[in-house]
Amino acid sequence: MHGQGFFMQAFIYLAAAAVAVPLARRLGLGSVLGYLMAGVAIGPFALGLVGEEGAEVMHFAEFGVVMMLFLVGLELRPALLWRLRGPILGAGGAQVATTTLLISGAALAVGLPWREALAVGMLLSLSSTALALQSLNEKGLLGTAGGQTAFAVLLLQDLAVIPMLAVLPMLATAAPAAAGGGHHSLVEGLPGWLQTLVVLGAVAAVVVLGRFLVRPAFRFIAAARLRELFTAFALLLVIGIALLMTMVGLSPAMGTFLAGVVLADSEYRHELEGDIEPFKGLLLGVFFIAVGASIDFGLVAAQPALVLGLVCALVAVKLGVQLGVGKGARLGLDHNLVASVSLAQGGEFAFVLFSFTTQAGVLPTELTATLTVVVALSMALTPLLTVANERLLMPRVGTREKGEEREADEIHEENPVILAGFGRVGSIVGRFLRANGVRVTVLDHDADHVDLVRRLGIEAYYGDATRLDLLHAAGAGNARAIILTINDHEKLMEMVHTIRRHFPDMSIIARAPGRPEAHALIEAGVEHVVRETLDGALRMGAATLGELGTRAYAAHRAARIFRRRDEALVHEQLGLRHDRDDYISRAREQIRTLEELMQSELREESMPVQDEAWDTEALRQKLSGPDALKR
Amino acid sequence: MTDATDQAGEVLVLLAHPALQTSRVNRRLLGQALEVPGVLVRDLYQRYPDFDIVVEREQALLSACGAVVLQFPFFWYSTPSILKEYQDLVLTHGWAFGSGGDALQGKPLQCVISTGGQDSAYREGGYNNYTMDELLRPLEQTARLCGMQWAAPFLVQGTHALSDEHLGRRCEDYRELLAGLVQGAGRGDGGG
Repeated sequence: MHGQGFFMQAFIYLAAAAVAVPLARRLGLGSVLGYLMAGVAIGPFALGLVGEEGAEVMHFAEFGVVMMLFLVGLELRPALLWRLRGPILGAGGAQVATTTLLISGAALAVGLPWREALAVGMLLSLSSTALALQSLNEKGLLGTAGGQTAFAVLLLQDLAVIPMLAVLPMLATAAPAAAGGGHHSLVEGLPGWLQTLVVLGAVAAVVVLGRFLVRPAFRFIAAARLRELFTAFALLLVIGIALLMTMVGLSPAMGTFLAGVVLADSEYRHELEGDIEPFKGLLLGVFFIAVGASIDFGLVAAQPALVLGLVCALVAVKLGVQLGVGKGARLGLDHNLVASVSLAQGGEFAFVLFSFTTQAGVLPTELTATLTVVVALSMALTPLLTVANERLLMPRVGTREKGEEREADEIHEENPVILAGFGRVGSIVGRFLRANGVRVTVLDHDADHVDLVRRLGIEAYYGDATRLDLLHAAGAGNARAIILTINDHEKLMEMVHTIRRHFPDMSIIARAPGRPEAHALIEAGVEHVVRETLDGALRMGAATLGELGTRAYAAHRAARIFRRRDEALVHEQLGLRHDRDDYISRAREQIRTLEELMQSELREESMPVQDEAWDTEALRQKLSGPDALKR
Repeated sequence: MTDATDQAGEVLVLLAHPALQTSRVNRRLLGQALEVPGVLVRDLYQRYPDFDIVVEREQALLSACGAVVLQFPFFWYSTPSILKEYQDLVLTHGWAFGSGGDALQGKPLQCVISTGGQDSAYREGGYNNYTMDELLRPLEQTARLCGMQWAAPFLVQGTHALSDEHLGRRCEDYRELLAGLVQGAGRGDGGG
């Protein structure tokens, strides 16, 4: 029966996710909100498919956060972490301290005793690592200045959990609940200095383990040549470290994060990432569903004004504090908004700490019940705020920043070329044109990029280049050509259509990652479609031919001929494609196209791979036929 | 040694064959050139497959050498295209000709040319209607304008029907020619 119950639950959770998440993504709301909505839908206040066990599921699913931090650690080489030490201590410390003080003050003001007020302040100062990192990652913002700041703050919050766990019991007013639930710790009974020693020893053990033991262990396991053993070992590693950390009273997320950092340089990094990633994603999803299901709408219905007021206050305080912190860290307004919005919620650690504080007799049950709802609702609000920020605020920010410095120089600088995107590809194109005396106006959606380019004396504007007003402002009305090098192909297509409609005289030079994108661009009437990988790949091929003894010029010509043929094929295939809106069939089509290409190359006659000219020996043989040499 | 190093030899051989891998005659001739001490062979198609000729480097090599040899198959009564590109880019005004353009002054220019047609095809009324001397006038005048000493071309003709034995003899001749040029270059007065 128990097994059946588990499968039934798993079925409900997975089914809810399978319905809600794609829907949310299609609406542009992000997966996190989708999971939350799924949770609300199956929760006790909607369909009622899951009930009390939601909290239990949540505890289990919190392990997703642990895995996520392990993966984050894997991405972070120690050197990068060291570089982030300023933001971690500065921005992170400022955020935690200020938020704690403000919320505690407010709690005091509404009449809570100071111990409870301080406890509430500490618990609510934490943001949701799971939510923030997941959505930053999903939108590809983790690497930006805003994402890095948010990450630094989250990291310090995770660190802050350790002293909080130490301080909170001292705030107890009631006698601790008899059965000490959540946090057992090996070190509880030990004297302070020994506790410290054990904790340091555990951290050292993680570092030593990661440095010296994991590689030989992986090599040993690799010898067995069983894929699932890798996965098992990766899970073993993460779970083991989490257990060790819990035993010495440290946050398991911190411990696995540390292990991740230690392993970031190892050759098994990608292997580990690949193994843990699906578990992390699944567990986090379940976690978010559980959060959604645990929102006690009964409490909300009983005191709607209080609960909603608290949610708004919490979000407002966190938003305000983080905006101030970001300003102190000299973040551009756009980055600051991204960071602040992503952090404007209560965190999953708050749930853990709520039960901990209740057991320790720090906070009364009624208070934690209300706060749990508040935190859950604030988490549900974040994805909505993110969407609002992206759709409503960011565009204005872009315009404003551009407007400030713009008007003056734009009027007398009508550059003939606009370059949208100054990343890997765009920066080379830009440098090349500049070296040849062509004045270029750069558009980029990364404010830091724009600052850099400006410092180099190139005219550059921040903003989403898909916007018509920005194109106007950049002088699209007079420019002769526009170069589109932005990464996001959907955005690029959007730009193409806007440009074709409003600036039909401007030539477009656009980059295409692959064939399907090239097809779309050609169909849209783009003058120059450049498949970014083609030339590089053929140069590699020609270099290889050279290494195998083919003469340089023959290899060069072969690459040229191949490229010409391949470009012709792109045009030939143009009429043949279909079903291109469907992601799955597009992927399949790509494979089929490749298959066709490779088959046609196997049939020799379809593909002249060499020039006929200059082959003096072939000519000699042809001529040495009957009476060919009379002259 | 082909142009693996950029060290100047006393005699600089500029070899231009776009498909040397299928060539019979020019490969054998190249083999001879590589064996003569004091000769630096520059395999232009191998060095510059995309025709991106580095002018400064080529001018430095031309300045440093005592004699220049152009070795190529005769294509459409002229040099293969890279050798024309080479002339266009490297023989600049003020360096090779014109005021102050004396970098090549007095250096012998020796053409080493293979033709598919027989000697008899290159005469009035023949298949090609003109003699080799006539067809090579543009190169001859180029040499004159640069103050170089035009030498009678070294021809390997009728390559379509050339026997290995005959080709071997011409290779010997080529080796002697190069050795003579090296010697002449060493004396500093050029060959004749």
